[in-house]
Amino acid sequence: MIWQLDLIILLMVVICGISAISIRDLLGSAIMFGAYSFMMCLLWSIMGAVDVSFTEASVGAGVSTVFFVAAVFRTTRRTRD
Amino acid sequence: MEAITTLIIAKYNYWAVILLIVIGLYAMIAKKNLVKKIIGMNIFQTAIILFYVSIGAKRGATLPIIVHAHGDAAHAIHAADYINPLPHVLMLTAIVVSVATLGVALALAMKIYFHYGTLEEDEIQKKIMDREPDKVATSGEHL
Amino acid sequence: MKRLGLIAIMVFGGLLFSISFELPDLGDARSPASTHVSPYYIEQAIHDTSVPNVVTAILADYRGYDTLFETAVIFSAGLACFFLLRITDRKAPKARFYRHLATGLTLRVEKGGRLPEDTKEFERIDSAWVPSDVIINMTCRLVVPFIQLFALYVIAHGHHSPGGGFQGGVIFGAAIILYAISNNLRRTLRRTSERTSALLGSGGVIIYLGTGLLCILLGAGFLNYSSLSLVPGLDPVSARSYGILIVEIGVGIAVTAVMVWIYYNLASAGKLDEGL
Repeated sequence: MIWQLDLIILLMVVICGISAISIRDLLGSAIMFGAYSFMMCLLWSIMGAVDVSFTEASVGAGVSTVFFVAAVFRTTRRTRD
Repeated sequence: MEAITTLIIAKYNYWAVILLIVIGLYAMIAKKNLVKKIIGMNIFQTAIILFYVSIGAKRGATLPIIVHAHGDAAHAIHAADYINPLPHVLMLTAIVVSVATLGVALALAMKIYFHYGTLEEDEIQKKIMDREPDKVATSGEHL
Repeated sequence: MKRLGLIAIMVFGGLLFSISFELPDLGDARSPASTHVSPYYIEQAIHDTSVPNVVTAILADYRGYDTLFETAVIFSAGLACFFLLRITDRKAPKARFYRHLATGLTLRVEKGGRLPEDTKEFERIDSAWVPSDVIINMTCRLVVPFIQLFALYVIAHGHHSPGGGFQGGVIFGAAIILYAISNNLRRTLRRTSERTSALLGSGGVIIYLGTGLLCILLGAGFLNYSSLSLVPGLDPVSARSYGILIVEIGVGIAVTAVMVWIYYNLASAGKLDEGL
């Protein structure tokens, strides 16, 4: 565990998380959430939790982004906040 | 100065967890869009998972896969050499359940959208208030 | 409301921050979480189950009940999506669109009328149809079999490397979802129908449960795989290893089917007619 690298990725995670909830477009929000999940998976693989990060890479960055995009496609991209 | 650096190195992950929990909770409380709320819920979940993984971390240890397990097998296994695997197991199942709950949550949001024509919480509340009370009670039938 | 929420969250975050100093240091090998239960798992897993990946051994053997009900939760989530979204009354859509394959001519058939489904000259298309990109189509067609093969490898090799039923199942489901996105939902449904995915989802859970019940029949506790050693040529330790493999396959099947099932319902808004 290298704490400098860890801190940089943690910063990226927080930036991705904040932008995922503040973008005024739900499709962009979904994509930023995918980026957030992928950064989180990098962080966990640095911390040695390989099984968890493998699961997060396939579930969080893969399938849940697809679910979000499908739901946004079927409903609306509009959001007021 | 030295003490502060040591403190930061020892605790920074917990602070990141707290920051992410706060972000997720803020999205769940203050954002009015239902999909934004669901994203906030997922950020909250990953923050909890990060907390568990940080608890399991061990300095100077390797991955929880036993090395040379099927070799001569004459070597002893020391628990201090391997990262704590128990939080990983708990969180692995939690991630897969989180995607299942995400599917259910999005299905509910879609159902609400088809019924009310919007995903904004305040607009939905306004539409409920505008209808007569007896209509609200039976509106579930003709979805 | 917004300001009130912000204040409440600030207070909550401050409380959490103040107790963060009481938590054990990051990476401390003498923290309570690392000294009580987990040393037993690390030191004994290889002798008990002959599985080098401790996470897999704990997931499918020591905490087998946990994983069994986790799989049941995932299956019931798929079921919940089905009951929430699926529209079963077969009202004909306003208009169907057909495309003549030879000339690229598009037909709009008004409500009620339809072309025979088995016609070779016309293909039914979505209302938001755009000409498919050859590059995307071809790349996905080439990549999908390799993703599926990798998923099978991840399930089968979970004993020795990171992986297992959950990850492999999700990757296999993602391959099918990729096919559905790059082609269309109707073609995917002809290959993996809704009925198939529902049956496979319950079948995976039943494989897991059946392994546990088989262990009872062979004279040990529920999910105690060592009783599988009654099969000739197996000692109790390797019987546990094979029991874990069977259970992981069941989990993989269930997760694959449920991911695909949820995607079908979400992407077509429950009509299973026009997809993403």
